[in-house]
Amino acid sequence: MRIFNLLKISFKAIILNKVRTLLTMLGVIIGVASVIAMLAIGEGSKQSIKSQISNMGSNMITVMPYAERQAGVRLDRSEMQSLTLDDYKTLVSDAKLLTDVSPKVDGSGQVIYGAENWPSSIYGVTPNYLDIKVWDVTSGSMFTDDEVSSAAKVAVIGQTIVENIFTNGEDPIGKMIRFGNIPFKVIGVLSEKGENTFGQDQDDVVLAPYTTVQKRILAIDYLQSVVASAISEEQSENAVAEVKVIMNKAHNIKEGDTSDYEVRSMEELISTFSSTSEMLTVLLVAIASISLLIGGIGIMNIMYVSVKERTREIGLRLAVGAKGADILLQFLIEAILISITGGVIGVVLGLSTTFIIENVLHWPTSVTSSSIIISFGVCAITGIFFGFYPARKAAALDPITAMRYE
Amino acid sequence: MKNIAIQIEELKRDFKMGEEVVHALRGISFTIKEGEFVTIMGTSGSGKSTLLNTLGCLDQPSSGIYKIDNVPVKNLDKNQLAKIRNEKIGFIFQAYNLLPRTTALENVELPLLYNTKVSTEERRERAIEALTKVGLAERLNHTPSQLSGGQQQRVAIARSLVNNPVVLLADEATGNLDTRTSYEIMALFQELHDQGKTIVFVTHESDIASFSNRTIVLKDGNIIKDDINTKIRNAKEELAAIPKAD
Ligand SMILES: Nc1ncnc2c1ncn2[C@@H]1O[C@H](COP(=O)(O)OP(=O)(O)OP(=O)(O)O)[C@@H](O)[C@H]1O
Ligand SMILES: [Mg+2]
Repeated sequence: MRIFNLLKISFKAIILNKVRTLLTMLGVIIGVASVIAMLAIGEGSKQSIKSQISNMGSNMITVMPYAERQAGVRLDRSEMQSLTLDDYKTLVSDAKLLTDVSPKVDGSGQVIYGAENWPSSIYGVTPNYLDIKVWDVTSGSMFTDDEVSSAAKVAVIGQTIVENIFTNGEDPIGKMIRFGNIPFKVIGVLSEKGENTFGQDQDDVVLAPYTTVQKRILAIDYLQSVVASAISEEQSENAVAEVKVIMNKAHNIKEGDTSDYEVRSMEELISTFSSTSEMLTVLLVAIASISLLIGGIGIMNIMYVSVKERTREIGLRLAVGAKGADILLQFLIEAILISITGGVIGVVLGLSTTFIIENVLHWPTSVTSSSIIISFGVCAITGIFFGFYPARKAAALDPITAMRYE
Repeated sequence: MKNIAIQIEELKRDFKMGEEVVHALRGISFTIKEGEFVTIMGTSGSGKSTLLNTLGCLDQPSSGIYKIDNVPVKNLDKNQLAKIRNEKIGFIFQAYNLLPRTTALENVELPLLYNTKVSTEERRERAIEALTKVGLAERLNHTPSQLSGGQQQRVAIARSLVNNPVVLLADEATGNLDTRTSYEIMALFQELHDQGKTIVFVTHESDIASFSNRTIVLKDGNIIKDDINTKIRNAKEELAAIPKAD
């Protein structure tokens, strides 16, 4: 009953001061809307990075020699050769948390067909490399394990290579190309993948049996890396641990020794990237929170002016029997009504802004319910917080002095 | 024997202004019985408003006893004073003090908004009744800016009546009005007095005081005269005698 009456009084005051109320709300509206929109942008980019990395094979695990990574230090040949075919075989036979395992040796050079040539890379792998990378072949087929064993000169090429050397639109399947000096028969074309998160063209690649690349192109007998996929994304951390155990045993590395290899999982990459975009989100939220705070100060400012302006009214209300608490509640309700209404409008505006960003600017966005709850909550709390001080001031007024106030 | 509406004894009110102390009331005593129409007179600064504010529980005395409706108003906290103002007192101000941009009806409803015992319907009924009593039944939805000074003061009187107070307190209620309108307001007060209302009316015009049945005169915070009026003028008759301005 009492609250109902006070609600009525507060509502009336808001209606009587439409323009002022609207201007006050503007701060809250912009604050809430920007929190929602900015969080949506942050969350959207985070998710898009995540899904792009996942597309690269989220369970992928890579084992590579450690020394190779130390830039600027003269590399020790023996260490560079620390990864061997035996390691690969041991991993295939011993690892239980890995599904597919493929050795990998990379070379770079010119891909030549007729008069056309194109600088590219060649990856020497086994057929299940496609499963690990979640790639597939659009035409022709992948080479077989037999072709790996026999070090056959066959290749599966990416779209970029097709476009750059088969310039007059011929079907590449069955054609002979050269990688450097070595002739390869094209037996398959990879489906288009586009750029990855790092801006690398994933279609600019030639796949060939690793044996062929080892012997004909690189003239080495060790491996540059071993790639594998964990049985599931959740298991990838455990798979990494398992690989380490197997490798330590194979390389005779004890606790505390520096190892001659390293293992990386996509999971780690994802978390690195996530934490970067997390920081971006935090930054965006910080900016948005400032506008929300300014909105709150706006409420305080208006409530303050409103209390001053209505001092005589407050005096009269006290004189006819309003208690301090009634006045306090009246102004508090007013502040809350303003901030909640502003909050609702802000949510609507934030969602529409997000919609526009998504559909007009084509930025990835993702609205989370928590962003709505948080921004709305913060706005309600600032409303109460910033409304409280002026309201308390009003409630403490003495009726006679208040009524005489000019 | 009529009930005592207001009783004060040795009432003092000092205002401390830094070093200086202003003795606005220097220990005054009187009793006002139910149904009395008392005017309080005195020169400017004699303490009339201070006395009325104290009677209206808007201000607390520095010392002395004050009882309204036999309830001692001493050591009461702010909320208890607010409750007394809300239930026992009807205050009328010189400057009307109506809420701007708010209808007459809503202005009159105001005191009842702070009384949780009164329902929305009852509040409205009582407000209409009070406005009818002061002759503004046709102006329920007019805002103060659409009403004349006299009409605004009538709204204020209706507001003071709406809670059925023990006493009506008016501070220079005719101070802003011309003679004719003042007489109209006094006629209204006399009518309310006839209906049994207790009224304390502050004025500095003896002309106005002659409509009441008792006059207390203050000077420098002391009572210098407290007389029963023998020749009470009738405001309605006086009003008829004044030629209408055309
Ligand atoms: N809040 C206050 N603080 C200090 N002094 C005050 C205060 N209120 C009143 N006074 C002083 O008390 C004395 C009585 O003032 P009061 O307002 O009661 O006079 P009044 O009889 O109503 O005069 P008027 O006819 O001009 O309204 C004056 O000297 C005044 O200055
Ligand atoms: Mg006065």
